[in-house]
Amino acid sequence: MTEKQGSDEGASAGVSMRSAEVVVALFMLALGALVIFDSVRLGWGWGAEGPEAGYFPFYIGAMICVGSLVTLFQVLLGSQSKGHKVFVEWSALRLVLQVLLPAAVYVLGIQLIGIYVASAAYIAVFMVWLGKYGWTRGIIVGVGVSAVTFAMFEIWFQVPLFKGEFNPLSLIGY
Amino acid sequence: MEEINALFHGFSVALTPFNLLLMFIGVTLGVLIGVLPGLGGANGIAILLPLTFTMPPTSAVIMLSCIYWGALFGGAITSILFNIPGEPWSVATTFDGYPMAQQGKAGEALTTAFTSSFVGAFFAIVMITFLAPLVAKFALQFGPPEFFAVFFLTFCSFIGMGKEPPFKILVAMMLGFALAAVGIDTVTGQLRLIFGWHELMRGFDFLIAVIGLFGIGEILLSMEEGLSFSGRTAKINTRIVIETWKKLPKYWMTSLRSCIIGCWMGITPGGATPASFMSYGIAKRMSPDGAKFGTGMAEGVIAPETAAHAAGTAALLPMLSLGIPGSPTAAVLLGGLLIWGLQPGPLLFVEQKDFVWGLIASMYLGNIAGLIIVLTCVPLFAAILRVPFSIIAPVIVVICAIGAYTVHNAMLDIWLMLLFGVMGYAFKKLSYPLAPLVLALVLGDQAEGAFRQAMLMSQGDMRIFFSNWLVGSIMGLGLLMLVWPVMGKLMTQLRKSAA
Repeated sequence: MTEKQGSDEGASAGVSMRSAEVVVALFMLALGALVIFDSVRLGWGWGAEGPEAGYFPFYIGAMICVGSLVTLFQVLLGSQSKGHKVFVEWSALRLVLQVLLPAAVYVLGIQLIGIYVASAAYIAVFMVWLGKYGWTRGIIVGVGVSAVTFAMFEIWFQVPLFKGEFNPLSLIGY
Repeated sequence: MEEINALFHGFSVALTPFNLLLMFIGVTLGVLIGVLPGLGGANGIAILLPLTFTMPPTSAVIMLSCIYWGALFGGAITSILFNIPGEPWSVATTFDGYPMAQQGKAGEALTTAFTSSFVGAFFAIVMITFLAPLVAKFALQFGPPEFFAVFFLTFCSFIGMGKEPPFKILVAMMLGFALAAVGIDTVTGQLRLIFGWHELMRGFDFLIAVIGLFGIGEILLSMEEGLSFSGRTAKINTRIVIETWKKLPKYWMTSLRSCIIGCWMGITPGGATPASFMSYGIAKRMSPDGAKFGTGMAEGVIAPETAAHAAGTAALLPMLSLGIPGSPTAAVLLGGLLIWGLQPGPLLFVEQKDFVWGLIASMYLGNIAGLIIVLTCVPLFAAILRVPFSIIAPVIVVICAIGAYTVHNAMLDIWLMLLFGVMGYAFKKLSYPLAPLVLALVLGDQAEGAFRQAMLMSQGDMRIFFSNWLVGSIMGLGLLMLVWPVMGKLMTQLRKSAA
């Protein structure tokens, strides 16, 4: 839901509360419509053996739509979040993205090179980049945390964790 | 008397050296979780849940519930020393706790908070001991319509009691139900809401949602505040503890009132957070020193802490006796019970006596262990908070990712966790509540099952929900809860126009 950055209206200090509200309400409305759509496909009435599979979800979807429509109207008519309240200031949003984007890269890293190596790298890079630590310290903490996790899961609990599509740990026999 | 016997039997189950060890480990982990930003009772337990699968269920649930007690205690430490609520229910504790710490009375504030927490929990446990078996016995005669009515009441009270806009509560809750419906429909075997994406067949696991919503979401929120911890130092020694304990009895009235508010809010799923605010507000109004609240009054720490702990503990009553959790953390515990093959609900008290009473006995012991640990180890836990955020944050993200992966050993879950994290962040900021979302996700299938069975019984006639006094009164209570905020508004308007 990072698309909110693009939709500020005049709120120079950041994303306005109003636009964030509208985006989320529209998103929920779409989601509700999606639920209704699939429920209708499944059948939302009364079948041979009782209620059909879409019977319950249909009403759930309907209530999502009603709830988000009311919220949307409340926002647009200004009964809620009056004035120019700010959802998130640009400076704060930058901080949030500084955590979120590396986290997304980290998850991609897990997919490719596995939890242990990706975690060590992520912690080290985070510390150096955002914490302004030296590389030595970053690497020590990163590798340390990964090593402890490795010992705990692979050796102690015998629960193997994901090692990635290109498993670098296969070099040491795991 | 039957309960007392059962309870003593429970103590014999819980009091093995292994279980005692787990209790101390659990409480320590719990306090740690409560102190760290981004880790709380709900997602902390969700992350640790897979590690307990190999333990006997009684030991596992003892450890997990002790983590919960620890987390409840831990929230107070950050509130008082750092003015940062470690948990949502300790927000109200900052109002008077932090000013006390600023005046150099941190030790006193912490002792007050911990003792109040203990009192609140103890009150709630005694209530569970005597009330839960009765509720369970009563619920044995429930059929599908009654169960659906109880679900209905649960969710209506969220809307009625919540402080968020009611339609946002509705949307959040229904989103939970919709997510719960994803996957194979257990009755017809049809695939629902997966839109051809077969990896979604398993559905959304609420543990992943909890880890993302509360864990990653919280990290994003704390990041935004550009966290710089600048805390007060705390000294707790025996002298301070005893001095504080001497002062506490004169606030017995506030304590008792907060216990009752907490228990009520915990059973009806208002939860610990509203309970703490409500209790603080009422204490402020009722106390002779009400005007001085916010400047560091001990009473302002007692009220929210007692109520939060009482509510947090009381939330286990409906979880155990009806299978309906009163809080997200109770929901995670319920998820654990299901994985261990124990179906929470009225039959649990008949079929799994050892387990139930072992757990209830462990609540007494776990809270005593908790009190001892927090009173002795505060400086240690406070030191952890001085570890810079730029180290803590990535480590917590790593812990969350591992926790999400271990639930089903599925890579997709880590991506979903991230997605839920962003959602948690946006929802929190726009005051869409997360608790009903999580509870609906957990209870969705059961609620739908009960609804469909009831519909089958009546051949689609909605009047079945009002067909006898029992189901009718539960439904009626639910409807009352639903219109509660409207009635409250009407009353104030009437009073205004009368004045």
